[in-house]
Amino acid sequence: MSVQLEADSFDPAVEIARFEATLPAGSFGATASFVGTMRHHNEGDTVTAMTLEHYPEMTEKQLQGVIDEAKSRWDIIDALIVHRVGDILPGNPIVLTAVCSAHRAAAFDACRFLMEALKSRATFWKKETLASGETRWVEKNTPG
Amino acid sequence: MAIKVKFFASLREQLPEGINQVDADGIETISDVWERATSTQLMPSHVLCSVNLEHREPHESVSDGDEVAFFPPVTGG
Repeated sequence: MSVQLEADSFDPAVEIARFEATLPAGSFGATASFVGTMRHHNEGDTVTAMTLEHYPEMTEKQLQGVIDEAKSRWDIIDALIVHRVGDILPGNPIVLTAVCSAHRAAAFDACRFLMEALKSRATFWKKETLASGETRWVEKNTPG
Repeated sequence: MAIKVKFFASLREQLPEGINQVDADGIETISDVWERATSTQLMPSHVLCSVNLEHREPHESVSDGDEVAFFPPVTGG
């Protein structure tokens, strides 16, 4: 089980490989993952940069709680959440969720749950910088 | 006898700097903490809150030594 808050850009493929390598070879038959990436547009405006603020202790506790809940609801072997904080540029990965399980159904379902639960519970806030130089807080998440 | 208070994101920017605790005397709920910390009567309906790192509702109780945080809707992921 792992939660990683990253101040610098990360490579999702490297993190997935590292996560899988923590598990005994042959112990899982499915890995499902989701990567959220920063867009260069939002609400009809061009976005040039973004800052992700968070409440460190609560964020970590909430994300760990999300993983614990996934493990109690689905027959999965392990789960990983990696999330950026700080300054981000378009094209950078923001979040990675990954789940390993014996079979694909649990991995897919638990991975979707991790993302949706993270979106509603984890204490992150996005502040965008627009092409005009103006900054604005993102007021709510997109429905999905 | 104090309750630790934190504000995040747009709330942190909108409120005066330096509000980091309130006297716990006479404080019963999270709403009370908001009123004492911000010197305003009503907690806006969009504001979310937590006590000791767990999401809570404004009417829920707080105790001396708790850490109470106020923040706008979360937008991670």
